[in-house]
Amino acid sequence: MNEQQQTLWNFMAQQSDKLLQQTLAHIGLTFISLFLSILIGIPTGIWISRKKKWSGPVLGIAGILQTIPSIALLGFMIPLLGIGARPAIVALMLYAFLPIIRNTYTGIIGVNAAVTDAAKGMGMSPSQILFKVELPLAMPVILAGIRTATVINVGVATLAAYIAAGGLGEFIFGGIALNNTNMILAGAIPAALLAIIFDFLLAKAQHFNIKKAKTAFIAIPIILIALSSFYLLPSAIGSKMLAGFTPEFMGRSDGYLGLKNKYGLNIRTVVISDAVMYKAAYEKQLDVISGYSTDGRLKAYDLVVLKDDKTIFPPYYAAPIVREEVLEKYPELEPALNILSGKINDSIMTELNYRVDYLKQSPEKVARDFLTQQKLYKKPRNGKKGIIQMGSKIFGEQYILLQIYAILLKGNTDLSVETKTGLGGTKICFDALTNDQIDLYPEYTGTGLLVVLQPDNHTIQSIIGNKESVFDFVQKEFMRKYHIKWLKPIGFNNAYTLMMRKKQASDLKIRTISELKMYIDDN
Amino acid sequence: MIRLKNVSKFYKSTKAVDDISFEVKEGETVVLLGTSGCGKTTTLRMINRLVEPSSGKIVVNGQNILEQPAEKMRRGIGYVLQHHGLFPHYTVAENISIVPNLLKWSKDKIINRTRELLEKLQLSQTLGDLYPSQLSGGQQQRVGLARALAAYPPVLLMDEPLGALDPVTRVGIRKEFTTLDELKRKTILMVTHDVQEAFELGDRVCLMDKGKIVQIGKATDLLFNPINDFVRSFIKEQHFQLELENIFINDIWSLLPKAIDGTNENKISPENSLWQVLETVSARQQGFERFVSINNNDKKQIEIASLMAAYTQYKNSFNHE
Ligand SMILES: Nc1ncnc2c1ncn2[C@@H]1O[C@H](COP(=O)(O)OP(=O)(O)OP(=O)(O)O)[C@@H](O)[C@H]1O
Ligand SMILES: [Mg+2]
Repeated sequence: MNEQQQTLWNFMAQQSDKLLQQTLAHIGLTFISLFLSILIGIPTGIWISRKKKWSGPVLGIAGILQTIPSIALLGFMIPLLGIGARPAIVALMLYAFLPIIRNTYTGIIGVNAAVTDAAKGMGMSPSQILFKVELPLAMPVILAGIRTATVINVGVATLAAYIAAGGLGEFIFGGIALNNTNMILAGAIPAALLAIIFDFLLAKAQHFNIKKAKTAFIAIPIILIALSSFYLLPSAIGSKMLAGFTPEFMGRSDGYLGLKNKYGLNIRTVVISDAVMYKAAYEKQLDVISGYSTDGRLKAYDLVVLKDDKTIFPPYYAAPIVREEVLEKYPELEPALNILSGKINDSIMTELNYRVDYLKQSPEKVARDFLTQQKLYKKPRNGKKGIIQMGSKIFGEQYILLQIYAILLKGNTDLSVETKTGLGGTKICFDALTNDQIDLYPEYTGTGLLVVLQPDNHTIQSIIGNKESVFDFVQKEFMRKYHIKWLKPIGFNNAYTLMMRKKQASDLKIRTISELKMYIDDN
Repeated sequence: MIRLKNVSKFYKSTKAVDDISFEVKEGETVVLLGTSGCGKTTTLRMINRLVEPSSGKIVVNGQNILEQPAEKMRRGIGYVLQHHGLFPHYTVAENISIVPNLLKWSKDKIINRTRELLEKLQLSQTLGDLYPSQLSGGQQQRVGLARALAAYPPVLLMDEPLGALDPVTRVGIRKEFTTLDELKRKTILMVTHDVQEAFELGDRVCLMDKGKIVQIGKATDLLFNPINDFVRSFIKEQHFQLELENIFINDIWSLLPKAIDGTNENKISPENSLWQVLETVSARQQGFERFVSINNNDKKQIEIASLMAAYTQYKNSFNHE
């Protein structure tokens, strides 16, 4: 425990620059959006308290806005406002609307009618009644709404990291992707603290003597503007080109750090989620993105992979891994599975993924079409010799591979097949295999090395640059440790890569990462 | 001076006020009396334009109220509400200075006026810094009145100003109201549904029913010359007491026996009502003192028996009119 704290503390100390920058960005995001929301929400609340028949529709719309999942709302913003601060601020503002409008409305409606009546009867003008009577008396309720909105915004602002708007989400999502607890906590603890501190301060403000409501009128906007000003967009260093990298890629030594060290690439970067990154590149919000070389969106958004000419990204060649025991029991299994070896290269896999992920065709159909086209399709023999249990992780590429193997086994052997798709991530699949719950699943060499075997750093460095060495290493170690056999690689390499828009890359004559670096340095 | 001419207010389904005309003369107090829902509040609120009349003409101090800016006009009319309507976020002093502030009086003038009003309404100066929620109901109502009086409005509208108070406090504050010099010169239209209060505070009483005026006149007119059964039944319950309260020694002067000179005399003012006299006299039942009333050079003997005889004679004189 003590050690854990120590290392968390070390991590925060090491990353204090980033931590401070992210915290300030987080506060800034929260309060710019809150400020805008108040600027629009309070007048709206006042307006519907005057025109009651509009209160239903307006509160209804604000309510619906809040039920839209945050990620989806951020996604909707991209075509309209691009990536970065603007869409994040607008999305956060929309989230804050409901509590602010609703509380302004109920606060004003709740003012004792005798009091407003007296005010009017004494000859106060409508604006005097609003500013001297209604708003001061509604202030505790309005402040409660602002308080709710602030806490919501501090939380939702973590998601701003998904669309390159910064904030503490960069650490949180980077940490989740890298399975780095310290990194997660370095983002989550300050975010929680911010929520608690702002909640506490606003609770104080709320319980102030209502007399001080006048002070609140002036103080709140000033404080908000001051806090908002913390948000400074990452300043432009280096090139005009902008790269969007996932939090995971940013944090990995074989990711962004490798690009900097080995290639000396000095490009302006923002952190962005995998879910919106490809689209943002397509829409010219970003010029370079990190991604997986067989991702279907590569084709969908007309992107091209830059060649990793200094091989900094570890190889992720796919191959079926099978329990040795099963291979011995059914000798016909291995040749049948090996039929696929060498048949799928990167671009074919990308195409197949594209059809499943983007065109929404079923993996069965895609698998069958592929085998038919390769003249490998054979009618099922409906054999009863035995059942092979096959598993897969929870994404399209694995589903397709599984269906292909199912057809191959049924057509070429007398074995029958059961599939268990969607076994979550690597850990679940691998545990299922070692516990005899499944007989095989498709795995990637890089994953086998870095996630399952986790050898010491020295070993990794000595083999990581060479795809054969990695394959040999995992094959040998899996057999020795777990009695699991890596069959022949299928052919494609689903590794990290950098991508650009096809058109831009060919216009600028950039084909490799080195050429990208040269281009950036020249401009 | 307030004058209403053929004023009506219709809501979708109800005739809240139905073609009424009356006048409150300069310095006069008229009380609107009637059952719940008969249109008293609506009538009052049309005068300061919190309710726009459907038809008819309303003139305050010689000016048609519709022909001047509503806010400016309202600042010249004091308005007292049943549920005081004090601003909970203002201190007592700040509440009282609302209208003077709207009229942009100087600070000193406002402070002095606030002090003066607190004193006149028998509120201690220290109350000025308190908030309305820290006051008793009676004190709140007095502050409400002080606030309405602050900018010397010539006209005062009061909607059940004592309605929210318990009966004892109510009678107490009512007494104070009658002696308050600030109220004496004002043109006042007041709403109540308490008959006794109406007769005590009003120079004239205007009895309403279902949006119409049934009878308007002095207390004695309504008591002794009711225009119809509605008026009669409306005041029936407290009729005897009301009569005693509204007949004064002066009214029955000629019907009282002459006093014999002697010692040990207690003097009673001829301004007193029969009710007040009876209270005083019966409180000293076993006393050997004599009560007399002196008016100019005339001196009358005051005894319960002779008072009741005079009262009966006086009442009979109305029936013969
Ligand atoms: N804003 C309104 N909309 C519709 N009807 C109304 C409105 N205001 C008053 N009325 C109706 O007009 C009638 C007269 O109301 P008003 O308040 O003047 O009565 P009131 O004599 O003051 O009664 P109370 O002694 O209970 O205060 C009532 O029937 C009432 O329901
Ligand atoms: Mg009323």
